[in-house]
Amino acid sequence: MLFDYLLRLADNGLILAQRLGEWVGRGPVLEEDIASTNVGLDLLGQARLWYAYAGEVEARDTGAGRSEDELAYFRDSGGFRNLLLVEQPNGNYADTMARQYLFDQWHVLLLDELRTSRDQRIAGIAAKALKEAQYHVQRSADWVVRLGDGTEESHRRMQAAIDALWMYTGEMFAVDATERTLIDAGIAADAAALQAPWRSSVDAVFGEATLAVPTDDWMQGAGMRGGKQGIHTEHLSHLLAEMQVLPRTYPQARW
Amino acid sequence: MSAEWPLWEVFIRSQHGLAHKHVGSLHAPDAEMAIRNARDVYTRRNEGISIWVARSADIHASSPGDRAPLFEPSNDKVYRHPTFFPMPDEVKHL
Repeated sequence: MLFDYLLRLADNGLILAQRLGEWVGRGPVLEEDIASTNVGLDLLGQARLWYAYAGEVEARDTGAGRSEDELAYFRDSGGFRNLLLVEQPNGNYADTMARQYLFDQWHVLLLDELRTSRDQRIAGIAAKALKEAQYHVQRSADWVVRLGDGTEESHRRMQAAIDALWMYTGEMFAVDATERTLIDAGIAADAAALQAPWRSSVDAVFGEATLAVPTDDWMQGAGMRGGKQGIHTEHLSHLLAEMQVLPRTYPQARW
Repeated sequence: MSAEWPLWEVFIRSQHGLAHKHVGSLHAPDAEMAIRNARDVYTRRNEGISIWVARSADIHASSPGDRAPLFEPSNDKVYRHPTFFPMPDEVKHL
């Protein structure tokens, strides 16, 4: 159960890092290219810490724990536990930054809660990751405001990005049985309690960005049948095919 | 897009340095983003604890053609260097 929760944390980082990595060499300007992939590397670093701990927990539970690489490269989409939001395609830069902001704003709140987890390993990793995430959310919120309150065209694209991604935000706050048990044990963060602070930050940033908060409240995956349960959009399989092809073709490949 | 963004000069104060040193330049629409970009481009390897940015257009430089009148007159004035003071032996580390 703890293993499953750690995978959720790790997979969010890995999959979003992979998406951000797709901007390498294609950023709108050189500086953004470096900045976006920097954020990706931060998330990848966090994912490694979560995977390492997940592997130890798995070993404790079953006697055989998988390594970081095995977890990253040798699971299929049904085995991944990331949020549907982070696997959505990059689209244009407004799509990427909207996805990033909606995630970052949740991520800082989550990590802040996890710092006080009764599990010392989780608390330690969260404290380290929080410093990185605080920078991420400053940066992505800044882009939401710049594009939202920019030109007519940039506003149109940012609003379209928010409207398209909004239905994937509900899943971040949906607590299933796995999380409930761990919340009661003081180990996991109560994601449902993050919704109000998340929403008030989002309202403030969207207000400054002159963006409308979508009113459609139907949420994809929030009914306990989403990314956290291993039920993904079609986009994840394509992402994994690209990410995993090398180690699956040459399992012993080394740099 | 970058053609419309002005150029900024970046100065970083390192862990042990007392002064900010020029490290390079980058493009950004305003000072806030210039600092953020500088953080990502120039401090990824733990290089600094403080960043300054200044619009490149606001920096005025001496002309290379003025080198002789600006700097050569000081060449033959060795008495301006503090090399003519006798050093007492008791004073170490000078």
